[in-house]
Order: sequence, then C-alpha cells, then structure tokens
Amino acid sequence: MPEVIFLPFSTHGESFPLTRYSVVAAVKSSNEAERRAAIDAIAAAYWRPVYKYIRLRWNVQTEEAQDATQDFFAQLIEKEFLATYDVNKARMRTFLRTCIDRMMMNRSRDAVREKRGGGAAHLSLDFADAEHELAAASVPASMDEFFEREWVRSLFGLAVERMKASCTQAGKQKQFAVFEACDLVDRDEKPSYVELARRFGIAVTDVTNYLSLTRREFRRCVLEQLRAMTGSDDEYRREAQALLGVDPK
Amino acid sequence: MTRLSDNVISRLKAEMLVPDLTGTRYEPVRMLGRGGMATIWLVRDTVLEREVAMKVLAPEAGSDALAARLQHEALVLASLEHPGIVPVHDAGTLADGRTFYCMKYVQGKTLDEFSQGKDLREGIELLRRVVEPVAFAHARGFVHRDLKPENIMVGAFGEVLVMDWGLAKSLQDAAGPPGQEFRVAAGDRGRTAHGTVLGTRGFMSPEQERGDQHEIDERSDVYALGAILRFLADGANEHLSPSLRAIAAKAMAKERGARYSSAIDFSADLNHYLLGQQVVAYPESLIEKLARQLRRHQVAVGLVLVYLLMRLVFILFSH
Repeated sequence: MPEVIFLPFSTHGESFPLTRYSVVAAVKSSNEAERRAAIDAIAAAYWRPVYKYIRLRWNVQTEEAQDATQDFFAQLIEKEFLATYDVNKARMRTFLRTCIDRMMMNRSRDAVREKRGGGAAHLSLDFADAEHELAAASVPASMDEFFEREWVRSLFGLAVERMKASCTQAGKQKQFAVFEACDLVDRDEKPSYVELARRFGIAVTDVTNYLSLTRREFRRCVLEQLRAMTGSDDEYRREAQALLGVDPK
Repeated sequence: MTRLSDNVISRLKAEMLVPDLTGTRYEPVRMLGRGGMATIWLVRDTVLEREVAMKVLAPEAGSDALAARLQHEALVLASLEHPGIVPVHDAGTLADGRTFYCMKYVQGKTLDEFSQGKDLREGIELLRRVVEPVAFAHARGFVHRDLKPENIMVGAFGEVLVMDWGLAKSLQDAAGPPGQEFRVAAGDRGRTAHGTVLGTRGFMSPEQERGDQHEIDERSDVYALGAILRFLADGANEHLSPSLRAIAAKAMAKERGARYSSAIDFSADLNHYLLGQQVVAYPESLIEKLARQLRRHQVAVGLVLVYLLMRLVFILFSH
C-alpha cells in the first residue's frame, strides 16, 4: 500500500494528501484530482522563483511578468510539460527554468499574443508580496544562483507556514512564537535565551526545549517538502546536500 | 507567506544541521566537517567536562541502511582498541531520530596537510606508523578499504591515527557492512559523494573498483598503502630510487597475488629501504649492490680510504 504524504501548501493555503512518494511522480498520475493537486503544489513552491526569474532574466514589467507566470503554470497543466520530465536527466529546477525560457522566447516571437480565455487555469498568487521581496533582494551574480536562492527562500517560507499551522493545531503557539523571535528575526545577533525567557515569561530551560522542538519540526517540514519536490531518492539526497552544504565553521 | 531574508535563510540552514542533543549529556560547540552521509560536530560532554567529536547522520540521510552503516562503524571502532585507532566513547540515537557515535576529538592535521614541505624520509617513517593500526585491524579480521591521506590524522604530539572506518569489512563476513548500496564512491582525490560502491579512486585496489567483494582482503589495504607512498613521493618532489619505486609498484600490483602478502611485509620492506638494505621488491645487479653497500657504509669506507691513503703517503716518504 502506498504511503500517504501531505503535499506542501497549495497556492490556496491548504495541503492535500497524496498516495504518491513525490509530486514529480503524482503529475503523471491517471487520477485527475491527484495530478491537479501535484501541479498546485509545484506552483506553490515555485511561483515566486518563477515570477522573479521572469522579471529579472527577461526584464519585463510587473503586469507582463504576472501574466507570463500565470501562463507558465497554465501551460504546465494544459500541455502536460511535466509528463516529459525525466528525473535522471535534470533537476526539477533546471527543467522548469528551461521551460520558462522556452515559453518566454515563444512569447516574444509571437507578435500578436492571444490572451488566455476564461477556461484557462488561473492561480491566486500574491504578486505584490513577491514584488516586495524582489525589491529587497540583493543583486544576483548569475541567474542560476538567483533562481536557486529564490527556490530555497520559497521552500523555507512554505516550511515555516506549514510548521506554524501544525503548531497552532497542536496548541503550541508559544513554541512557534519563541522560534519566530529567535530564528526568524532579521538581525545579525540572535536574542539570548535569557532575553527570550523574560520576553515570553518562561524559564530558560523552556526556551531550550521549545527551540529544540520547533527546529526539529522545521527540519522535518523542509526535508518533507524537498522529498516531495524531487523525483528519486538519489535526487533528494543530492538536493539536500546542496541545500545544507554549508562550510564548516 | 512569511518573508525570509538572506540572513534568516543562512541561519535556518545552519540550524538544520545542528544535531538535536535534547536529553543527552552533550552540548554542541561547532561543526568540524561534513561528509557524504554524516556531519562531525565538536560537542561538549557535560558529565566528564571534556570535548569529544560526534559523528551524526546527515539530516537527509534518513535511511535505515545508512543508520546501520554508522552503527557498524561504531562497533568496528569499539572492537579495535589500539593507540593508532580513534577510540569510540558512546553511540545511540538522538531525539530527532538520527544515529550518532562519539569518539575522541583528535586535533591535528591530515596526512596530506602534514606532509606538505616534509622530506620523503620523514613521510616514509610516518607511513610505517600508519601500518601499525592497519596491521592490527587485519589481525582482528578487518580490512579498512578506504585508506588515503585524508583519513590519516597526525596529532599535535606526533601521534598517528587511522580514521573513518565506515567502509571497514570483516574478513569473516563476505557480504560486508550494512548500507553497502550507499557506499561512498570515488570522485576526484579527496572528494567523495554518494554513489554506488567502495573507496576513493586513486587509492582503491582494482578488486574494489570492480566491486568484487570476495577478492577483497588485507592486500586491498596494502594497495592503498602503496598509493599513499606514491602520494608522499609526489608531494616531496624528490628523485625516487629504483628500489622505492619497486616497493610502491609491488604494493600496487594489479594482481593481488603479486603484492606484499601483508601490511607488515610492506612496512618491513620500507624499513629495509630506510636502513639502506636490499629491498624484497627490487632484485639488484652486482654493481647496484656494491653502490648501495658503499652508500650504506660510506663513513667506514671513507675512513679505510683515508687510512690507506695515509699509509701510501708514509711509504712513499719513507723511501
């Protein structure tokens, strides 16, 4: 019996159970609902990197980039691009980026572009938020690095959302709040455990325990998302090593 | 969605790697290194108040086979008590489900770092000390299978330790250690990655490259020791004598039957070389033998020559 996994958040902010090992496998499913859910999960994880990549790499204005992003995911569904994806040949990100470039080349070639009709898939995406992120982003050394970095940001962002939801569901809002105050603050120096204990009115040992629990949960959420977004064990391990391959300090 | 800055992402990445030490006697200090399947952390043992090295399965390496492999490594280390083999202190599973073991924290340099700028003679003497724990393991029925300069530590007080016994194979167990399918495969020298089988290219024997488990025995390690000798010779950038070249060639013979039958024999031949004696690996001609004897006894020969010269001068003047 196949293992049931929960996909990362969809673009609607829900998760969907899949009877597949990964979304890469699920996009080839004969079950329409499962296939759509897998595409939705891929969109949730990739739409921000895709949008930002289109804006920078193809140097287009916000409205056209929004339209192209919607167009891209619509084509993923309609033209079943992902059915041709071979995990043994390329990473999912490389494959998607090639698809974006191909689509953008076609869009520029077509002098008169047909606007998508009402029947086309349309995702609910917060482009304004993505624009804010883009404005705050540092200048990338290369588009490869940029897409990679934005993918990691999206992956971690989704993991934080998922973790927040699971903490809320389990009545562990305070645990999440401590994690947020310690690990998610944009400061060079993290607050000390004593400072956190005082702020939340708890013992220092509680801070240690809360952080231990939430970091464990965060790690689980990230790796689960990564596993869902890769097509094989080998790709998963390579991706995880690339993701966590920090220099020893 | 929560907006995460580059700063926060770097911090989260670093936090993901930190082992969850809740409920243990250890506190994390810093990461020492990261390999294909595990990370090594410097941790503080709060009970004995000392620092030890903790090898813990990488967060993504969640398979049972890899956990079994790390446990196997800990068991091998525990069964090999020798001053040249890093001692294991503790092993188990962390709160986050990751397998770990703790060992002595060795401060020093790996052989490839240590050998830089050293002369070859010093390198050979060091290599003979590497043979001691390797031969000890062979006597206990284990083959290391991944001997290379990066897996040899030279401590601050000159102690030599053979590290990373993750590939060690019991000679009694033909199947080898668990987790075989995730064995580190060869990349460039010094770089390893997850892959199919075995050691590190350049240092692994032909039988290991072929994946022929039944052919692997202590002579596979002899091959690696020969490769390390060649590595040291290359690094020292010295002219290699024919006898030293022959020692390396014999240790690295393609057919294992043509190699030294044991690490001890290899070490003994290195000692012959250091003492200026004839080496087993190289049959000398009469002239070479004479030249070697002259080199070996050059002080005595010099004294005799001076004596004869003085006698000659004395005889000439007395007449």
